[in-house]
Amino acid sequence: MLARLPAGALKNVAALSGARSTSLNAARSLPRVRFASSSASSSSAFESFTNSRVTLASATLLTVGSIAWYANLYGTLPFIGEVHANSPAEEGLHPAQYPWSHGGLLDSFDHASIRRGYQVYREVCAACHSLDRIAWRNLVGVSHTVDEVKAMAEEVEYEDGPNDQGEMFQRPGKLSDYLPPPYPNEEAARASNQGALPPDLSLIVKARHGGADYIFSLLTGYRDPPAGFEIREGMNYNPYFPGNAISMARVLFDGLVEYDDGTPATTSQMAKDVVTFLNWAAEPEHDERKKAGLKAVILFSALTAISLYVKRHKWSIIKSRKIQYNPPSSH
Amino acid sequence: MSLASTFYNTLVKRNSVFVPAIFTGAFAFSIGFDLGITKLWDTWNKGKQWKDIRARYVEEQ
Ligand code: HEC
Repeated sequence: MLARLPAGALKNVAALSGARSTSLNAARSLPRVRFASSSASSSSAFESFTNSRVTLASATLLTVGSIAWYANLYGTLPFIGEVHANSPAEEGLHPAQYPWSHGGLLDSFDHASIRRGYQVYREVCAACHSLDRIAWRNLVGVSHTVDEVKAMAEEVEYEDGPNDQGEMFQRPGKLSDYLPPPYPNEEAARASNQGALPPDLSLIVKARHGGADYIFSLLTGYRDPPAGFEIREGMNYNPYFPGNAISMARVLFDGLVEYDDGTPATTSQMAKDVVTFLNWAAEPEHDERKKAGLKAVILFSALTAISLYVKRHKWSIIKSRKIQYNPPSSH
Repeated sequence: MSLASTFYNTLVKRNSVFVPAIFTGAFAFSIGFDLGITKLWDTWNKGKQWKDIRARYVEEQ
């Protein structure tokens, strides 16, 4: 079935053997009869259809395509069973897709939201989570003015030194300092959180499946465990967390912070703002990247169109030429 | 003179004109293109960027 001769190849063989068979013995004439019947004119259209490479290629494509489509739709291959040790609940509920203000291909971050999100991080999350990839200066021109950031940095004491006596000393923070961590080291962080380590949040949006959607769902998804779900003392039920039992309790409640722009601080508003802030922290280049991407798409499509046109232009001579051969009149 | 031959005679004929014309052309295009894209970007993202909300927080000396 797989190796196909070009359409009509059999017919030629039949004609050839038919022409010669008169001088050959009876055994050689047997194939001629078969070939003759298979090349009857009534079935030749059907034959050339089944023998064509295009038919073979499209049948293959259809088969592979429908299997790939099935696998994409249902996540498994058809007719092949699978066994999982985890139930879907243990892998965590899939978060819904939220319409983030920076979701589209050309959408920048909502910087007012980043500013509110910083406030939520500072007043709530910073009690347990560090953000050690972000320096004070990174906030300048993103969510705060220079003066505001300088004032915020100065409220924090940093250890510096050594001075000319060889001693370390405390000084107020500068723009170049990184945001202060809540705990001096990992052991202290675990000791204060019943053994669970609150992860650094700098890259958390990139570090979790579902990104911003997941963290929003996690922060707003706390509820009572379903009947029969055993939960250890000090753990909290959250359907979005893999395993469903998380050490971090619900931290966001309506009215927990007071926004300076007057936005009502509901739980979901704070969650949205802090996730937008964390998304910025993970992708500070986001706005510039999308803008550069737009430029690149426009420029490269123009260049592609130009080079396709130039190729056709240059090849037009070769494609349209005719070669004429005049045989010599005498030899 | 047709447009094409005017173009050829003024810009392309002499290399001493052609090369600087390419350089200045590239320079002018990149600035113009950048201005256009920035305009589009700022219109699309009106009210969301820092420069749109900055005025609320700066204190003029
Ligand atoms: C009381 C301390 C505390 C506060 C406040 C807190 N967290 Fe947590 N957080 C934790 C701990 C502990 C964990 C580790 C949980 C675990 O591994 O079971 C954690 C884990 C996380 C995770 C990782 C979840 C995962 O998929 O691994 C994220 C994201 C997170 N916190 C975000 C936040 C945000 C945003 C805030 C502020 C709104 C916040 N947390 C406030 C203690 C805290």
